[in-house]
Formats: sequence, C-alpha cells, structure tokens
Amino acid sequence: MSVVQIKDVTKRFDETTALQGIDLEIEPGEFVSLIGPSGCGKSTLLRIIGDLIQPTSGAASVNGKPARQARIDRDYGIVFQDAVLYDWRTVAKNIALPLELARWDRRRRTDKVKEMLELVELTGFESHYPWQLSGGMQQRVSIARALSFDPALLLMDEPFGALDEMTRERLNMELLRIWEASGSTVVFVTHSIAEAVFLSTRVVVMSPRPGRISNVISIDLQQPRTATTREDPRFFEHVTEVREALHLGHDLERAPV
Amino acid sequence: MSSTPTAVQPVPRGGMGRLVGRRMVDWLPAVIVLVGVIALWEILIRALDVQAFLLPKPSEIARTLWDTRHELWAAGWFTFQEALGGFLLGSGLAILVALVLARWRALGTALLPFAIAANAIPIIAFAPITNTWFSPLNKSSKIVIAAILCFFPVLVNTLRGLTSVNPRALELMHSYAAGEAEIFRRVRIPTALPFIFTGLKVATVLAMIGAVVGEYFGGALNALGVLILTRARVFQFDEAWAGIVVACLMGLALYIAVAAIERLTLRWVPSTSE
Repeated sequence: MSVVQIKDVTKRFDETTALQGIDLEIEPGEFVSLIGPSGCGKSTLLRIIGDLIQPTSGAASVNGKPARQARIDRDYGIVFQDAVLYDWRTVAKNIALPLELARWDRRRRTDKVKEMLELVELTGFESHYPWQLSGGMQQRVSIARALSFDPALLLMDEPFGALDEMTRERLNMELLRIWEASGSTVVFVTHSIAEAVFLSTRVVVMSPRPGRISNVISIDLQQPRTATTREDPRFFEHVTEVREALHLGHDLERAPV
Repeated sequence: MSSTPTAVQPVPRGGMGRLVGRRMVDWLPAVIVLVGVIALWEILIRALDVQAFLLPKPSEIARTLWDTRHELWAAGWFTFQEALGGFLLGSGLAILVALVLARWRALGTALLPFAIAANAIPIIAFAPITNTWFSPLNKSSKIVIAAILCFFPVLVNTLRGLTSVNPRALELMHSYAAGEAEIFRRVRIPTALPFIFTGLKVATVLAMIGAVVGEYFGGALNALGVLILTRARVFQFDEAWAGIVVACLMGLALYIAVAAIERLTLRWVPSTSE
C-alpha cells in the first residue's frame, strides 16, 4: 500500500492555479524530493499531503486514509525551513511537545526524548533553550520533534534552505542516517538540484503556472550514500538529468502561446 | 557529526542581578547620574538662592521625609493599596477580555478599534466622575479609576501578543491535530507573555497616577494625594515634595515587582533588559 497517494489534485488560490492535475504515489521507505522554481506549488503540495491546506479538487491520502484522518491520527511529522522551536521550551520539552499532545505518560516521554536526542546527536543539550543553539542544531531538534512519535511519513519543507552549504551537507548525511534508522518515508521539498539527487530515491520535477509535475526521475545511486557519492560520475549524470528537466519545464512556460 | 557544544552559553546571573536583569556594576552609571543630579540641584538652589516655595533643597526634602515618616508611610500605604487594587482588577480583566477577543476573532475585530481609541483618551479626566459614583472617601473610587487606566494598555498589548504567533507554529500545532484550547495554552499564551508584561509595566505607572490624581479630586484625609494637595495649598512645600517622593517610590516599587516577576517568568528570553 502506498504511503502517499495523490489523485488528480488541483489547488486554486483566487485567480491563480497553484497546482493542476497532480497524480503521485509514494511507496513505503521512499525518499522523494519535490523540486522546482518558486511558484511551482511544491510547498502547497506538501501541505495538501499534510492536510494543512485543502485541495480545490482531487484528493490526497496517507496510509490509505484521507489526509484529514491521517493528520488526526498523527501519521506524519513535519519540518519547516525555520526550525519553529518554541522559545519557552527547552530542547527536551520541544521534542516532547507532540508526545504531550498525544498524552504519553512522563516516563515514556523521557525515554523517547533521550532516544531522539541520541538519534540527532544532541545528547547533553536537553536543558538548553533554542536561542542557545546554532541554526543547524535547531533544525536537528526540529527533526527529532517530527520523528518523536514514530510517524510513518516525514514531510520536510526546504528544511536546510536557510543553512550554510557546509552545515547543509552535514545535515544531508545526518538525515540519510536518520531515514535509514527510522525506516520512515520522506517527502522533501527543495530548491537545490544537488541536494535532491544526493538524498532521494526519486526526484519529482515540477514547473510553475500552473504548478504541475513535469518529470519524475528515479535516482539509482548506491545505498547507503556517502560523502564520495557526490563525486560519483553517476551523481553528475543525475544532476544533469534533473537540471535539464527543470529547464525543459521552464522553456515550456516561456513558449509562445 | 560531533556534538561539541559550539552553542552560545547563557550569561550566568545570580541574586538581585538575576531579578533586575543586570549586574550591580551595570547600574553604576545610573547611580552616578542620580547622585550628580541631586548634588547639582542642591548646589544650584543654594547658589541662586531659590525660594523654597518654588523648589526646596533636596536636603530639606530628605529631612522632612524623615521627620514625617510615620504620617507619610501611612498615607503612602493607603494610596498604594488603591493603586495595587486598581492594577490587579484592571489588568486581570484586560487579560481575560483579550483572551476572549483572541478566541472569537470577529468580536476582536469589531471591538479592537474602540480599545485602541480608548487607550488614547485621557481617562484620568473621569476621576471626578468615579468620585461621585463611589464616595470620594472610599478606596473603591480610586481603585476604579486606576483599574480603567490599567485596562486598555494591558488589553491592547495582550491581544497583540496572542495574535502575533508565527503562522508556522500554528501549522505545526495543526499537524499534531491540537485543539484550540491546546493552541492557546501551549502557543498563544506563552507567545503573548512578553507583550503582557510590557502592558503590565505601563499599567503599574498608570495605577499609581490614577490613585494619586484621583485623590486630588477628593479623598480620605490620610491619602497621599490629599496630603500632597493640602500641604501645597498651605505652602508647606517641603512636605508636599516629600509626599511626591513617596508616590514615586511606591510607583517604582510596583514597577520593579512586576519586572522581577517578568524575569522569573520569562527565563527563556536571552535578555529582556533594554
């Protein structure tokens, strides 16, 4: 059964069509990136999967349930570009927030927070406040929080977009390790071609006005990916492939009507 | 990735410094200015031979403060109770109303312009009216005017705080299927706290103004405002000034108390000192 199933989804905001006729299925354990220029609706699509935005027509389902039910059942965790940590909560309490809302008892929460801190390698920082952490560390807390309740699906909206290149590459490695350890499915929105190719099992290329899927590219790079993956000739071939797909979408947009 | 603690470490604070948000050393320039101004005041009045009814010497005010300390303390305490009562009543109601207006936003949209307008009018002008509503000798008349003065700044600030939540933080709560009550408890209210304290600090000053000025329009004989007014009328300016000093100290005490509670409550804020 697919983790995510999107059937003929269209989303209009007033006069603009943000998404048109989107069909997409994502299988368990996949790492799927949505890539495209600004205005192609990739963040909107992510929010429709998360039931944070309702489609104008069509439907999204998660784990075989309507997106709304999946949200209520807490089937997914979400990470934004900003870490969106609650300033008044310590690292441990930020990670525990979804567990509190899910009415976990204190002992279970404490154990789970400890486990998540180990996963994102932030043990020792549990009683720090967000302002005491660097941007990269904040984002790791945000990932730990999204995964704390073991959701089947992790939605990520340009999670490393605000970080510097070095931190970004380190967190990419980190994310792949977490993805393998947790066994969850990831939908990842990004602007970066290299990041999409490096992380993904599949790259969904989108184009704007109206937002639609223009190409889906399977990435057959060896798993697990390592630092040397970025130097693999196959990596560059895929990067080129995605870049050309993006430009094709762009040219279509510019073609005279 | 290594976990070397590269993060910013909090500045250690202790004792009073923690409460007021600064170390004692940081207060030194302010203390020097205060001492300097008082010294200059004393010297100028002596040098220019200014008449006491225009401006008494600080040394005279200090002596009067000490000589009439029992009377001043009683009057100050009486007025402080009015101010505190008005502050608690006005601010408490304002926070409750703000919660209601933030929860039912249509109501807030309809009423907020009036709150902002009311915030801009000189409410103290109503003091003679509250004096007739309640007996001028009664504390209630001053409590009410102080409460009305406190109400609007606290309301406007609280409402702004409750509604200035990061939209992503709300999306996150929706992703956890959190209800409206949970969102208020865990996101809106904590976000609003710094705004609420800003309002409360403004309100402490207004509460003291409300109580003292309310008493200028008539009050109990042992009230601070009445004391200042009657002494000024019979040209006992040193005593009037001593009363003003007490009023200032009372207002300051209320302000510092709220600022200290803010410090203890907003432990997560890196620095609330301006």
